[in-house]
Amino acid sequence: MNAKERILGKLRASLQGTTPVADDYDVGLLTEPWRYGDETRIARLRQMLEAVHGETLLTTSAEWPARVVEALSARNIDELLISPATAHGQQFAGHLALTGSALRLKAYDRPVEAWKDELFFHTPASLTGTLGGIAATGSLVLWPTPQEPRLMSLVPPFHIALLKASEVRDNFHEFMHEHRWAAGLPTNALLVSGPSKTADIQQTLAYGAHGPKELLVLILEDA
Amino acid sequence: MSNPAQTPAQPITFKRNAREALADPQLRRNFRGAMDFLMDKRRSQFPDGDELERLRAFGNRVRARALSKLPELLERLDANLSRNGVRVHWAETVEEANAIVHGIVERHAAKKIIKGKSMVSEEMEMNHYLGDRGVDCLESDMGEFIVQLREEKPAHIIMPAIHLNAGQVAQLFHDKLDVDYTEDVDRLIQIGRETLRRKFFEADIGVSGVNFAIAETGTLLLVENEGNGRMSTTVPPVHIAVTGIEKVVENLRDVIPLLSLLTRSATGQAITTYVNMISSPRKADELDGPQEVHLVLLDNGRSQAFADGELRQTLNCIRCGACMNHCPVYTRIGGHAYGTVYPGPIGKIITPHMLGLETTRDLPTASSMCGACGEVCPVKIPIPSLLRRLREEAVRPPAAEPHHMRGQGAKYSKKETMIWKAWRKLNTSPGLYRAAMYAGTRLRGLMPANIGPWTEHRSAPKPAARTLHELAREHLGDQ
Repeated sequence: MNAKERILGKLRASLQGTTPVADDYDVGLLTEPWRYGDETRIARLRQMLEAVHGETLLTTSAEWPARVVEALSARNIDELLISPATAHGQQFAGHLALTGSALRLKAYDRPVEAWKDELFFHTPASLTGTLGGIAATGSLVLWPTPQEPRLMSLVPPFHIALLKASEVRDNFHEFMHEHRWAAGLPTNALLVSGPSKTADIQQTLAYGAHGPKELLVLILEDA
Repeated sequence: MSNPAQTPAQPITFKRNAREALADPQLRRNFRGAMDFLMDKRRSQFPDGDELERLRAFGNRVRARALSKLPELLERLDANLSRNGVRVHWAETVEEANAIVHGIVERHAAKKIIKGKSMVSEEMEMNHYLGDRGVDCLESDMGEFIVQLREEKPAHIIMPAIHLNAGQVAQLFHDKLDVDYTEDVDRLIQIGRETLRRKFFEADIGVSGVNFAIAETGTLLLVENEGNGRMSTTVPPVHIAVTGIEKVVENLRDVIPLLSLLTRSATGQAITTYVNMISSPRKADELDGPQEVHLVLLDNGRSQAFADGELRQTLNCIRCGACMNHCPVYTRIGGHAYGTVYPGPIGKIITPHMLGLETTRDLPTASSMCGACGEVCPVKIPIPSLLRRLREEAVRPPAAEPHHMRGQGAKYSKKETMIWKAWRKLNTSPGLYRAAMYAGTRLRGLMPANIGPWTEHRSAPKPAARTLHELAREHLGDQ
């Protein structure tokens, strides 16, 4: 008998003659206290994100590239990591070409092993999309893909995320249910609620522990 | 049951540790401040008492349901993780778990490991085990990194360096990392970030714990604020997750109430910065993530706790640390005094299952039984009644059946048993009782002034000159 069989054998012996506890899942408790009308949903999300040092900006699907350029310029950042395979990556590259911006674009288009040093030590900012947002907790839902890999939202010190206002839901239960998460999850699904932080030294909050030091969420009101 | 070989030879020296901690005013100030802070933060997250109580009951039911089908869910978890490409390993003891991890390390000829926060790896003393075999295991959680630099164990399960103030960390970084002395916390964190970023980059293997393992989807869920957990589970080519067998939940949606309870109870946050859900290693078309993901499921005494319907409730724990934050004993002596991986109230009921009552005999008695731990527990573990139960197990005759616990009878004393028998006889025999009370009151002058630990900080009790019955008769007559 191996360890698995021995452990399971002990557990089964302990449950002999017992009946499993019934599933009386209380959906109302996870949704009713966390309902927001159409007028307040985005406000709640912004308030929650900003309370943890996230920056939010209301914009539109036409104007957001200009807001990204402004945000980078304000921080003296001249390089941005994007995914050229996504619609927003292409839109942003098109915007730069049109405006003749000096901003350099870096594409996450090869396995991380091929350019790990550059990603870790010479990539100041990144832009990613999101699957949506959760108003109750001020969370972005990230669903990394081969086009927008996991490290894009983690390694660069400044992370810019695009969020469609229409993809913001009131609470986690609603989001999970609507997107049918139980039917299949990606390699790594994520909730991100603010920039990286820690209070491990004398309960003093400090940002930029290991992940992004800054998180800017561009909320596209018309999308 | 745990392998006796891992048991420390001597009982954990809780009483001596506690005395030393109480004599350290700096430590007491640090803990007092930290616990007040955490209690306030938690309180602010639960403004609606009704919602809190309903959510606690819900959390309790979700955990109880998972435990009521634990073997089935573990098999389902194993099957779904395997289907997703995650390799699942089972270990009854910490030795087995360490050997599994070391086997993976050897197969990859790995020399550098970066670890996210994991209490199970503390349970395994993985750093020492691998260190002895030439493998460098570096903690990446900022608090864990600090206590590792000090060659200490975590003082708290959520905030490992909670016993230190900024000045102490400043001195530590100055001494160990060769940086200028600064008490600026932002700067200290940046020093940690710069030091550890290179380590994430170089690591051969990343190790993490698991907050919840989801049977339905084959998913490992981790919560954290720093991003070190995401780094450790994404950057190195191999990820090894270690967890106890009790961490499984049935369905993905079950994590929603538990997450809400965990983050609000632990650090008073609506949610942590990152909720990381890992379901598979890197797929063929993906550009990052580990090529291999392993999960090590550890028993280490958990199946012993599981065997008894009452003690099984110990396994409901979601590791939020709220019980220690609210415990008047923990607040005064801190986490190190317990001498165990899991300190505080929850540690006092978990650890005896892992190490046996022989070495942990003092832990269940290290409680004022004020009930605060049970009142704040987000999944309603009745910690005080489990402490009472463990006290009972510790004084039952070692050979008595049924035998629930390794180390049963560790505090058994024939003399004490005789005293309690005599006490029962005295209190159930009216004539004997009256005679004893008469003698006790009339011979009160013989009461010694020093009766051991009781009189270290208190004056000795002295019987009254007349019994209560006599006084009542005096005032009321024979009614």
